[in-house]
Amino acid sequence: MLNPDLHLNEKLFDTDVETKATRDGYGTGLLKLGEEDENVVALTADLSESTRANLFQEKFPERFFEIGVAEQNMAAIAAGLGVSGKTVFMSSYATFSPGKNWETIRTTIVYNNSNVKIAGHHSGVMTGPDGATHQATEDIAITRAWPGIDIIVPCDAIEGEKATIATGKKYGPAYLRFSRDKSPIITTQKTPFELGRIDAYWTTKNPECVIFATGYLLYNALVAAYELEKAGTNVLVVNLSTIKPLNDHAVIELTQITGSVVTVEDHQVMGGMGSAIAECLARHLPSPIEFVGLQDTFAESGTPKELVEKYKMSVNDIKKAVNKVIGRK
Amino acid sequence: MELHEEKLKELEETAIKIRELIIPTLLEAGSGHSAGPLGMADIFAALYFHIANIDPKKPDMPNRDRIVLSNGHICPVMYVTMALRGFFPVEELKTLRKLNSRLQGHPHRQALPGIENTSGPLGEGISQAIGMALAAKLDKKNYHVYCLTSDGEHQEGNTWEAVMSAAKFKLDNLTVIIDRNNIQIDGYTENIMPLETMRYKYESFNWFVLEIDGHNISEFVNAVNHAKTIHDQPTVIIAHTIPGKGVSFMENQYLWHGKPPNVEEAKKALKELRTLEGKITSEHE
Repeated sequence: MLNPDLHLNEKLFDTDVETKATRDGYGTGLLKLGEEDENVVALTADLSESTRANLFQEKFPERFFEIGVAEQNMAAIAAGLGVSGKTVFMSSYATFSPGKNWETIRTTIVYNNSNVKIAGHHSGVMTGPDGATHQATEDIAITRAWPGIDIIVPCDAIEGEKATIATGKKYGPAYLRFSRDKSPIITTQKTPFELGRIDAYWTTKNPECVIFATGYLLYNALVAAYELEKAGTNVLVVNLSTIKPLNDHAVIELTQITGSVVTVEDHQVMGGMGSAIAECLARHLPSPIEFVGLQDTFAESGTPKELVEKYKMSVNDIKKAVNKVIGRK
Repeated sequence: MELHEEKLKELEETAIKIRELIIPTLLEAGSGHSAGPLGMADIFAALYFHIANIDPKKPDMPNRDRIVLSNGHICPVMYVTMALRGFFPVEELKTLRKLNSRLQGHPHRQALPGIENTSGPLGEGISQAIGMALAAKLDKKNYHVYCLTSDGEHQEGNTWEAVMSAAKFKLDNLTVIIDRNNIQIDGYTENIMPLETMRYKYESFNWFVLEIDGHNISEFVNAVNHAKTIHDQPTVIIAHTIPGKGVSFMENQYLWHGKPPNVEEAKKALKELRTLEGKITSEHE
C-alpha cells in the first residue's frame, strides 16, 4: 500500500488523478527562491517559456539573463556569476545543456565549484513528438561521472519545486532533470523531501523485490506494485530522486529486505540511475537486478504513452521485470 | 591611473624579472608553455603591479578587480607574477606541475587563492568574465573585470558567443586583452585558421577596439585608462606581442608554443634576458 507516513496523493490511483509536468515545479520553485533571496539569478538559452523560467523572468527581469541560442556561453557566464556571490539557475533542454556544453560545465562549473544549478528539461522519451534529437536519454550518465555534483530527478511537479528550492539553498553545482509532458501528482506538500533522502512509497509485508524508480516513471512503478500485489506478489517501490550523492546505506538496507531489484528510469540503462544502484550493490550486496529503461537505442517521434510502451517502460514491462528478477533469486 | 616615469621603469624591470623567473620555473617543471608566458610578461607586470586593484593579503576582497585568464596554458607567467606580487612564496614556483602542488598545470580556482577561474580548455574565459561583470552591475560594485585571452582561442565558437553577449549587456566594466602573437600549437594562426581582421570583427560586434604594442607598458596602461572612459560598451585591447619575447631563439617560433627549455636552452635564455635589460628600457625612452 502507499506508505501512510509520507502524505502521498490519496487519489493517485483514480482515473482522474491530477497531472502536471515536473518542469512546472522548476518554474514555481525558482520563482519562490527569487522572492526569498535577491542573489538568485536565472539564465536561459532561448527557452524561457518552455523551461518555465518565464515566471522568474516576468517578476525579476533585472536578474534574468537571456543568452540566446548559445549553451556554452550560458554555462560559463553562469559560472562567472556563481563565483561572484550569486545563486545561479540555468535552463535549457538537457540534450543541449548539459549535452552540448558538457565540457564547459565540467571545467567552469563543476571543477571550478561555482554555485550553478543546471536545469535539464525535455528529458527522456517522454519529450515525445520532437523525436530523439530532443529526447535527453544520456544526461544522467554524463553528469553522474562528475565529482561533487548533486543530481536530482523529481517524480512530480511538487517534488520538482522542492528539489529546485533545496538545491538553491545549498552552495555548489547541481543537476536537476525535468520532463515535458504532464504526469500524475504523486506527492503532496506534506511529503518529506531532502537531498539524499530515499523513501519507500509503496510498502508491504514480506516483499520479494524492491523497485527503485526515478522521475515520472515512479507512477508506473507504483501502479505495477498495486497490480502485482493483487496478483499475490509483494514489492517495495522506492522514489529514488537523489541519484547523486546516492544514499548507499538505504539502497543496501532495502535490497537486504527483498533480495532482488528492479530499476526504472526514462534514460539509457547504461550509466543511468540503474547503473548507480548496480555499482553500489556490486560492492556491498551483489543481488539480481533488472533494468527498465532505454535498452541501448535511440527512440523516435510519437506520443509519450506510445513511446513508453514501444520502448518497454510501461506498467506491464515493470511487472515482467519484477517477475523475472524474482525468478533469478 | 597615471603612470609616472619612475613607475614605468619599475614595471619594465618587473617584466624582466618575470621573464627571468619563467625560465627556471619551466625548466624545473619539465613541461609547459614557453612562448606565450614570455610574450605576456609586460602586460602581466602592468596588470598585477599597477593597474588592478588587488591585495595579495586579501585575495577574496569583495571589491577587488577580477583578472580572468582565459588561455590557462600561459599560467607560468601568471604564477610568477603572483609570486613576485606576494600571493605566495617565490620558492613555491618550483612545485609547478608537480604532485600536491597548488600550481596546477592549468590554473584551478580551488587550488590557489588569487585565481579567479579554472581554465585551460579554450574559449571559456570571456563568458566567465561576463558573469563576474554582470554580478558587479547587479551588486552596484565598481570593480573592473580584465580578461586575458589568446588569439588562437578566437577560433572557438564560445569566444564569439561571449563577444556577442558582452555587447548586448553593455559591459563597460569589462576589458578583454588579446595576446595577438600569431602562433598556436600547430603553426601560425593565419595558416591554421585565419583570424584577421580582428579589429573589424570586434567592431562589427559593437565593441570599442584599441590596438597596442603589447611590449610597451605605457601604451597598455593608456589603453586600459582609455577603456574606462567608454560607456555602455565593452573594450578589447588587441595587444600585438612577440611570442617568446626576450629570448632570440624562441621569438616568433611556434614550436616554442607548448614546450619548456632544456638545461642548455635555459642557460642561453637567461643570459640573453639579463643582457637585454638595458635594451628593453631604452625602447621606451
